[in-house]
Amino acid sequence: MEWEAVIGLEIHAQLATKSKIFSGAATAYGAEPNTQACAVDLGLPGVLPVLNREVVRMACMFGLAVDAEIGRRSVFARKNYFYPDLPKGYQISQYELPIVGKGKLIIELEDGTTKTIGVTRAHLEEDAGKSLHEDFHGMTGIDLNRAGTPLLEIVSEPDLRSAKEAVAYMKKIRSLVRYLEICDGNMQEGSFRCDANVSVRPKGESKFGTRAEIKNINSFRFVERAINFEIERQIDLLEGGGTVVQETRLYDSAKGETRSMRSKEEAMDYRYFPDPDLLPLHVDDAWLDEVRSSLPELPDAKKERFMFEYGLTAYDAAVLTSSRELADFYEAVEKSSGGETKLAANWVMGDFAAALNKDNLEIGACPVNAAMLGGLIQRIADNTISGKIAKQVFEAMWEGEGDADSIIEKKGLKQITDSGAIEQVIDEILAANPEQVKQYRAGKDKLLGFFVGQVMKATQGKANPGQLNELLKKKLNS
Amino acid sequence: MSLEKADIEKIAHLARLEIDPGDVPDYARNLSGILELVEQMNQVDTEGVQPMAHPLRMTQRMRADEVTESNQRDKFQQIAPQVEAGLYLVPKVIE
Repeated sequence: MEWEAVIGLEIHAQLATKSKIFSGAATAYGAEPNTQACAVDLGLPGVLPVLNREVVRMACMFGLAVDAEIGRRSVFARKNYFYPDLPKGYQISQYELPIVGKGKLIIELEDGTTKTIGVTRAHLEEDAGKSLHEDFHGMTGIDLNRAGTPLLEIVSEPDLRSAKEAVAYMKKIRSLVRYLEICDGNMQEGSFRCDANVSVRPKGESKFGTRAEIKNINSFRFVERAINFEIERQIDLLEGGGTVVQETRLYDSAKGETRSMRSKEEAMDYRYFPDPDLLPLHVDDAWLDEVRSSLPELPDAKKERFMFEYGLTAYDAAVLTSSRELADFYEAVEKSSGGETKLAANWVMGDFAAALNKDNLEIGACPVNAAMLGGLIQRIADNTISGKIAKQVFEAMWEGEGDADSIIEKKGLKQITDSGAIEQVIDEILAANPEQVKQYRAGKDKLLGFFVGQVMKATQGKANPGQLNELLKKKLNS
Repeated sequence: MSLEKADIEKIAHLARLEIDPGDVPDYARNLSGILELVEQMNQVDTEGVQPMAHPLRMTQRMRADEVTESNQRDKFQQIAPQVEAGLYLVPKVIE
């Protein structure tokens, strides 16, 4: 039987505020345990939550960016459960009336097609603390620094049909929250994480199968693997005559498998109710207009503009607009190269991206800035150096040897465009290889490459390739 | 709606309350009484009435995003039963 997977994602994006959602404690990552957990975060008696305005603004930005209805009146609710890293015994979240309603976004798939994925809702909530299960004499250590950190939980419609689509959707959301500067998207530090709801059904069936929820997925690679493992597991189960149990499963990245979290299996009954400590939240027109006008150019719009303004292909435009930093860098390079749109795109996506990758560096912290790369591209465009020599110059720039012009000067890499000089070298090469010349003239055309290579070798690659080809053919065919 | 013994036990478990088995019938009667009251209210026509989220007719005030709390870990941990390396220690929560 042919099966179809149905996947929905719940993404938790930590909002990049200085202080917590309901208290004035700091949210900085990596602080000493419990030094950023105040009385409100600890849930001490008598404390009251006070909402952080910035959190609401950020949620509205996201809502507008996915074309969603903003909940003008949203309500905070208590989600009740007991766990030691949740000191109050409830998490303040939103239930029936979230701040962001139904929205949508477009994902690009590997084959170049696009697909619209629905966003069911996004709501504000507080994060829990961290439990450390290392050995504390058989006890568990609790760090409440993370307790009360603002989260935006973004829930997708079950519109995703494969692990690859799920990854594309997750990448798109991450790109969006980073463009909006509302979340740093750091998956290693847990500020961007996801749970996946996965079920399978016979292809063509319209009813959904029973789903399992996979928790604890903290990288794109693991999202793909965890979902693929889960799809296989459910298909095997159903084909073997079994049934899928609705449950929460944990992804074990070391073993590459999902397994049941039995301890949490007993009926989760969160008994949501409106939090009496918080009043309904109103977002008025004036504020929403202000937020709307503060929105940056978003990835899809930027991609369109790159295609139109710079004449780039859809693929190149998509790669270059995948992050705001990269897009800004491309535009700066293009400008300082004097409008070499395509060359700039190739260099930014090619040698530059590869060098960043190799040294594991961010754009802002790398040795080659936009003006330097633009300067190099100018020298290729005006024929001072060939593309091949340019790679050599780029490497030297990356090693901190100066800008393109000084490296070309210092190393004597200027291209030979004097046809007299090139002809002279050609004559020497032809004289030194009479046998090959004879063969070429007898019809062995392939030997042209041999002669080009010899001349390039003799000029250390500096002969202008176009001129060399032309002159060489002229001489050989005369 | 009348609550059964199993309902009472489930509610007590969710609230992490230890109850005397002898008290279960009393709890069942009292809680069922509350639910009957709710059922009476359910008979009122609430068509077009916005559900109340809070008894006060006010909206939520917001604060600026500023760090106003300083580290008072030592004070808080004085009242904790057990601490180590800055962590609060609790009975082990996973098997």
